[in-house]
Amino acid sequence: MTVLNVQGIDISFGGVQALLGVSIEVNEGEILACIGPNGAGKTTLINCISGWYHPDQGQISLDGQDITRLPAHRVATLGVARTFQNIALFKRMSVLDNIMSGAHVRMRSNFLSCGIYWGFGQKEEVHYRELAEDIIDFLEIEHIRKTPAGSIPMGLQRRVEVGRALASQPKLLLLDEPMAGLNVEEKEDMARFILDVNEERGIPVVFIDHDMGVVMDISDRVVVLDHGVKIADESPEKVRKDPQVVKAYLGH
Amino acid sequence: MINRECGVYKTTYQSDMAFFRVPLARSTIIVVLVLAAIVIPFVATDYWFGAIILPFVIFSIAAIGLNLLTGYCGQISLGHGAFIAVGGYTAAIAYIQGVPFLLSVFLGGLNSALIGLLFGIPSARIKGLYLAMATLAAQFALPWVISRVVPFLVPTGLAVAGGDTVYPPAIYIFGWQVETWLDRYFISLAFLVLLTIFSMNLMRSRVGRAWIAIRDHDVAASILGLDITHYKLLAFAISSFYAGIAGALLVFFYFRIAHVNEFDLGLSIRLLAMIIIGGLGSILGNFFGVAFILLLPIFLNRLLTTVGEAAGIYVSTGITSGVESLIFGTLIIIFLVVEPLGMAKLWENIKDYFRLWPFSY
Ligand SMILES: Nc1ncnc2c1ncn2[C@@H]1O[C@H](COP(=O)(O)OP(=O)(O)OP(=O)(O)O)[C@@H](O)[C@H]1O
Ligand SMILES: [Mg+2]
Repeated sequence: MTVLNVQGIDISFGGVQALLGVSIEVNEGEILACIGPNGAGKTTLINCISGWYHPDQGQISLDGQDITRLPAHRVATLGVARTFQNIALFKRMSVLDNIMSGAHVRMRSNFLSCGIYWGFGQKEEVHYRELAEDIIDFLEIEHIRKTPAGSIPMGLQRRVEVGRALASQPKLLLLDEPMAGLNVEEKEDMARFILDVNEERGIPVVFIDHDMGVVMDISDRVVVLDHGVKIADESPEKVRKDPQVVKAYLGH
Repeated sequence: MINRECGVYKTTYQSDMAFFRVPLARSTIIVVLVLAAIVIPFVATDYWFGAIILPFVIFSIAAIGLNLLTGYCGQISLGHGAFIAVGGYTAAIAYIQGVPFLLSVFLGGLNSALIGLLFGIPSARIKGLYLAMATLAAQFALPWVISRVVPFLVPTGLAVAGGDTVYPPAIYIFGWQVETWLDRYFISLAFLVLLTIFSMNLMRSRVGRAWIAIRDHDVAASILGLDITHYKLLAFAISSFYAGIAGALLVFFYFRIAHVNEFDLGLSIRLLAMIIIGGLGSILGNFFGVAFILLLPIFLNRLLTTVGEAAGIYVSTGITSGVESLIFGTLIIIFLVVEPLGMAKLWENIKDYFRLWPFSY
């Protein structure tokens, strides 16, 4: 079953053609890696899928529903969650509240039930607090629950971002360089979380990375972008030997 | 007043999400409420009620409202003076037209919320200084509109000076006449307590998190599925609702008159000063900020007169108010630069120090 279907999208900024005729498919239960040299268009692709950019051409559909022109917040409601290359946590909120805000799209309270609180508002808060605590346990960040997200080390911040994305109970998880700036041990942890999210929660994952070792280890399939064009879409073993891919990387 | 959380363990998420997570904090609040409800009425004189206590209670309502918008949601407003005016006039006119008192106050809040929402619409597109300018428009447009519209709504005799100055008649709540400062104080206090609880509830749940998310990182917020425009407008509406209620109470109980000049840009700026000095993004901070701004001129006046007398110089009111503005300005800058989280943060620091006292490591 195809969860995400991107068909021939183009997007350009001024004179820069950031993506040209890019098509990808993400299937149920799959971990898809997206690699490519700097400026290849990887982040732009994720921005298009999550509704932050709208492609000039082509179509994007989620579970068969066209989401090409939807605003970002609608795409999120439909089940696309993501993290950012430059961490985008809410710095003055606690780690716990960051994760709770991931659940925003699933919650129903309005200003009245929140302001009155006792009754529906509280019931909903407690329910989602329990789910948030499950995520906190899963990511092993219990000790920093109440710490402001801006004051924890980067390795943990990347984890909290994953937690916030998970709290929205997504159908598809997009991770933009989740390993960037992490040390070896932290990378191993993150790789394990990605595998576990995929296995235990059954969420398909698309992640961008530069570390070929990690990509080989955890992905089921690899998409390679170069200058906005998809130049390969195959298994990790094949990608490593693909002459075009080797050339794209060496050419830079 | 120092709350130490050592040895307090929570066994349910519900209790961990309560307002006052340590028993001592709960007793602090009870002490404050007893002070407000029992001690103040006994010791305060009419002068204190009129000069400090009642304005403190009413301006706290307005400050909390502005803090929800500016401190939590990150949207600046220079129009709150005018929104207070809308609430005040609406409530007064409704009451004159025979609407019951409590409902009039509520209508004041509601109309102000509507107007606030309208002037909040530019926030969908613009931020910071530009938004400040856009909301400033309210401060110029609304008094003009009020002075043109009000004369048609109020029967002559209750309105004077060209018709835009309105005197609300004697106030009755369910047949009981509100006469003394004490009565006014208690009614205003009830509004303050309810609206404080409402705001604290908002801030510990979904809507509050949405506002903070927009303030801290609006891109991430919308990628998480928040409809940014919706929540900004909600912040403008709720914030202006608080302003409107404060306006109604000001007109009914404090000024005893609705007059556009009372609600000028100066009022908007004083409100901003209150929340900046008290602490942006803190409910408790509002109370510090309001008390500070109300007490400062009184304190300065006394100080300058005493110093002047000692030195044998006559200190005119012009000098006092000049020095006052100077100190206001300096303090706002100091707080913005040195401690953007205001007096509430200073209070936190003191608490943190004592939390681990005597072993501060
Ligand atoms: N909002 C934008 N405005 C202008 N140009 C943009 C914008 N977003 C992306 N680009 C351009 O599109 C191209 C692709 O950028 P993108 O960020 O997608 O690369 P990337 O593959 O994620 O690179 P990196 O590995 O450095 O993160 C770059 O040339 C970039 O300058
Ligand atoms: Mg990138």
